[in-house]
Amino acid sequence: MVRFENVGLRYGIGPEVLKDLSFRIEPNSFQFLTGPSGAGKTSLLRMLHLALRPTRGLISLFGRDTAHVSRRELPGIRRRIGIVFQDFRLLDHLTTFENVALPLRVQGKSERSYRAEVVELLSWVGLGDRIDAHPRVLSGGEKQRAAIARALIGRPEMLLADEPTGNVDPHLARRLLRLFVELHKSGTAVLIATHDIALMDLYDARRLVLSDGRLHVYD
Amino acid sequence: MTETPALAAAAVRSPRRLLARVLRWRRVGADGRGAPAPIVPGGSLAGTALIVVIAIMAFLAAMTVGGLDLVRQATSDWNARVAREVTIQILPVAGRDTDAAVAAATAIAKATPGIGEVHPFSLDETRQLLAPWLGNAALTDLPVPRLISAAIASGAKPDLAALSSKLTSEVAGASLDDHRAWIDRLRAVGDTLVGIGAAVLALVVTATALSVLFATRGAMAGNRDIIEVLHLVGARDGFVARSFARRFFSFGLKGGLVGGGIAIVLFVLAAWLGGGADDQLLGPIRVGVFGYLGTLAVVALIAFLAAATSRMAVMSHLKRLD
Repeated sequence: MVRFENVGLRYGIGPEVLKDLSFRIEPNSFQFLTGPSGAGKTSLLRMLHLALRPTRGLISLFGRDTAHVSRRELPGIRRRIGIVFQDFRLLDHLTTFENVALPLRVQGKSERSYRAEVVELLSWVGLGDRIDAHPRVLSGGEKQRAAIARALIGRPEMLLADEPTGNVDPHLARRLLRLFVELHKSGTAVLIATHDIALMDLYDARRLVLSDGRLHVYD
Repeated sequence: MTETPALAAAAVRSPRRLLARVLRWRRVGADGRGAPAPIVPGGSLAGTALIVVIAIMAFLAAMTVGGLDLVRQATSDWNARVAREVTIQILPVAGRDTDAAVAAATAIAKATPGIGEVHPFSLDETRQLLAPWLGNAALTDLPVPRLISAAIASGAKPDLAALSSKLTSEVAGASLDDHRAWIDRLRAVGDTLVGIGAAVLALVVTATALSVLFATRGAMAGNRDIIEVLHLVGARDGFVARSFARRFFSFGLKGGLVGGGIAIVLFVLAAWLGGGADDQLLGPIRVGVFGYLGTLAVVALIAFLAAATSRMAVMSHLKRLD
């Protein structure tokens, strides 16, 4: 599903922040991506989501060499990937429902066709009573769940989550982890970037550890 | 089911509320729930400023269209009035009987098919016409040319060339003035005014497009986060551009309706204050159907122009991002 070969990344003329990354993400797999703050977890996720191009090396996504993916093809690939941002990236002028439905709306689907599905997903993540609320009035945990619901609504083949439990209490963090595990069991590949060791200890999964710009894989 | 009575109630309470309801109409779903909010948020200070600028542009464009309609009406009225008549001039020739020449020319004119009423001006009438310029005293001693006014029958097209040639060959000192020089000059004046109006319209349209272009760039800079999120959830450039175009269409329509509406109110007021009194020279000073329809067309044009310009600006900006 995902293949990195000798991928390097530098910003401008600075030093390489990521060096010789080589790893694979298989379909229906579950892994944590961890490392100290500033290790490059977010940069790696951005490359996985085609929001950032590597300076060198090969990235293959769904069998396509991303170096040869045109701008027109990007949306089609991104729709196969769900992403949860560390800072949620919810649009403040849209309601929770509208934020979660955004990936379907951009595909040109009518609200009638997805309303029931979005409401059901919101109930599943515990936001059934916050459908019409705007992000400004949601708590950190609620925003996190709304962001997760938005990443899931398009039934992605791979879910990327950047510190999804960074803003929630341990109880909610466990609930969110269970949600990701459920998703994994339903056939989605999941990659969770976190530096929460306690969270990783709750579920036995592959660990990708970034340190000094290099990646160490612990199966 | 509740939408129509609600609109009627809004109209009774306040026309402004009615306009707001109509502009939001598409956003109310069949189940009564609000349809999704626009992707690009509105209501910003920059949006209001753009609406004001567009309203001013629409007002100027509508006034230009109204002015063009007045010119069109006036020139067609002048043309019709001038072209309905020809004038025969008899120059006094020494040793010839001018009255006999007038009578002969009058007879020739009356015998010409398509010529209606023929009125030879008597010597006294001719002197009265010239008196304001030459004075009565001078006219008693001067030989004055004589004029015969000949009306062209309604719908007729007399052979004026044949009439002219017959007059010059059979009546000494006679010549025919078919007012062609006047008509050509009026047409030239009318064409010039229409050209100036078209140039003003082009300038207004260009200024509107540039205003929208800069406003779109500002809106894109202000909504960079939204554009990024849209791309990350799989939006195509066309979707992003449409979202902006929809917002700017709304700005264009609001501004256009305000500017065009004020212009229409002024047209109506001008016609009402004019009281329908026709000016002898200019004809009726009131904007006709063409002016009103033209104003509505200007409103629609500006709304679509705003949408198209913002769409092009967004697409070009997004292409540069790659």
